[in-house]
Amino acid sequence: MAAAAGPAVGGAARGRGATSFQRKAAAGSRLAAVAGTRPSVRHGQLLLSSGLPSLDCVLGGGVAVGTLLLIEEDKYGLYSNLLFKYFLAEGVVCGHDLFVASAKERPDNILKELPAPLLDDTYRNELGEEATAVKSEEFQDSMKIAWRYQNLPKMEASPTSTKFGHYYDVSKTMSPELFQSIKWHSFYLPEELSSQPKMKTCSNMNSAYARLLQSIQRIIYQEGFDGSDPQKKQKNILRIGIQSLGSVLWGDDICSSDTPEDIHSLTKFLYVLRGLLRKSLSACIVTVPTHLIQNKAIMERVTNLSDTVVGLESFIGSERETNPLYKDYHGLVHVHQIPRLNSLICDVSDTKDLAFRLKRKLFTIERLHLPPDLSDTVSRASKQDLAESAKLLSSGCGAMAIGKKHLDF
Amino acid sequence: LNTLILYKSRAALQGKFTLLRDTRTDGSFLVHHFLSFYLRAGCKVCFVALLQSFSHYNIIAQKLGVSLTAARERGQLVFLEGLKSCLDLLFGEESESGQPGPLQFISESASNLKALFDFVRTSLTPTDSDSWQGPVLLVDDLSVLLSLGAAPVAVLDFIHYCRVTVCSQLKGNIVVLVHSNEDSEDEENELVVNSLCHHSDLILWVEGLATGFCKDVHGEIKIIKRVSLELTAEQDHVQIYQYKIQDKNVTFFARGLSAAVL
Repeated sequence: MAAAAGPAVGGAARGRGATSFQRKAAAGSRLAAVAGTRPSVRHGQLLLSSGLPSLDCVLGGGVAVGTLLLIEEDKYGLYSNLLFKYFLAEGVVCGHDLFVASAKERPDNILKELPAPLLDDTYRNELGEEATAVKSEEFQDSMKIAWRYQNLPKMEASPTSTKFGHYYDVSKTMSPELFQSIKWHSFYLPEELSSQPKMKTCSNMNSAYARLLQSIQRIIYQEGFDGSDPQKKQKNILRIGIQSLGSVLWGDDICSSDTPEDIHSLTKFLYVLRGLLRKSLSACIVTVPTHLIQNKAIMERVTNLSDTVVGLESFIGSERETNPLYKDYHGLVHVHQIPRLNSLICDVSDTKDLAFRLKRKLFTIERLHLPPDLSDTVSRASKQDLAESAKLLSSGCGAMAIGKKHLDF
Repeated sequence: LNTLILYKSRAALQGKFTLLRDTRTDGSFLVHHFLSFYLRAGCKVCFVALLQSFSHYNIIAQKLGVSLTAARERGQLVFLEGLKSCLDLLFGEESESGQPGPLQFISESASNLKALFDFVRTSLTPTDSDSWQGPVLLVDDLSVLLSLGAAPVAVLDFIHYCRVTVCSQLKGNIVVLVHSNEDSEDEENELVVNSLCHHSDLILWVEGLATGFCKDVHGEIKIIKRVSLELTAEQDHVQIYQYKIQDKNVTFFARGLSAAVL
């Protein structure tokens, strides 16, 4: 009886045609058939672009299919909202299906405000001035041995010509023509609550979360993202975006009170979501207002249950806004966790000190460079600031190790 | 990876409770090691995998030289995939037989892990046709049970029942992974972890380096043999090594003697 129960579970798993995390190295051509993805060299898993090529670099190539990207919101939610939109915009450009869930904004309004992708020629014009400046420094010696290659262009073509990772212009919104061919589903909480006031919930989870899970599961099953429909020839990815999970609008009081009623709602939701993602060809971005959650134990559990966790800390309103050390940047990026998928190791970028900035049109994440300390007499205030920021910088990525001691040489 | 085995004396390797504890880093490489180790040794393994999918473990185990699908077909491995059975529970049809699924506690208000324990017990009780060596219970991430709504007392009860059944009655081993943090605010987790530390025979404590991230040394492992439990008035043996994880292997070396430094 016991022995029968074990293989029965296993048989069901195999029979369902599980599409998650199976090594597809043998069918390399089949992998490339899904638009907008590329296989990872590390673990053979399909990667999606998060919409921001600099974030893709930090995350080790992109967001893996079947994983959850958790963004810890900054204080006013401005920049995390931007990342959220980038993720969805990338889905539109690549032709993926979208599922947008929100409790405060109507999903179609969110989709109307997606940033416009930069096409090849406009981006090249932008970079044109910088490129000519750089070229003069490149060495112009004629090649002696590989002279056949002399006539090939020296630098690689601009990033927008590749199919993975696009650049977006934040000042313009996406034109509606791009949406025509995209299939998108939405979940707007006030609408769902009013349309079906009574719903049987099979678990004692928060009802809003339970409805969202049911909705996601229904879409995955109906559209065949979990491989349950073998007739479907063209595989596609479902990009799920959930905005401000855990906030008061979802009916969860972890952000508003110190001793919430049900501290397990959010973690249970994330666990089931993880199960749904692993089972299907989808990836999910969730923004959580971490700074509002009083009970830090919940955030630890949430971090353990998510795959990739990126925290944004903006300088708005803090004393760092006017600090000359950070004058080029708008905030810091903390990568708290990167998943190890199908392997013992993960791709960790070497730099732990990352900052972001929003230029006129582009949002980039880059390595934080402190300006050199050029004053003759180092004033006490700035030196303390420097030490403070250096201490902050030396505390690195949580998944690897956190340096508590500031080593002073 | 096999340098770990050197510290174990094979003689008294039955009825042991091993605790894998990680702080500020990821200790799952130890879980993979123990899984492949016990499968290679020919033991019957019940693996409660709450955090990752089956293919994840399968791919890594193949790199370490063991095939999980083959082991499952042989009946040597009983794999409980937590994510999948949770989905079946919440979204599956109601046509199941009266037997409750192992993760029933998620949807029920009664937070006891009895169903999970029954699953473990039935899968590890030897039947007549089995010819495996001692049974082993492997749990990947006990801390997830707390996140899913189980009370810490319930988790401790579950471990206690498992110890009684697996270690004492069936003379098998248990290996459990937990997360902990020194300044963690998760009191329930700390309670469970501290309690388990007192009860375990062997603790493998994996920590990130105190000085921050390093490419060549991924962390430090403390091996604590709880000799003090054996009533011989000895202190616990503590050994500390540093390690670096590679694709198919983990290399251990004494502190400060990493290959990058020498």
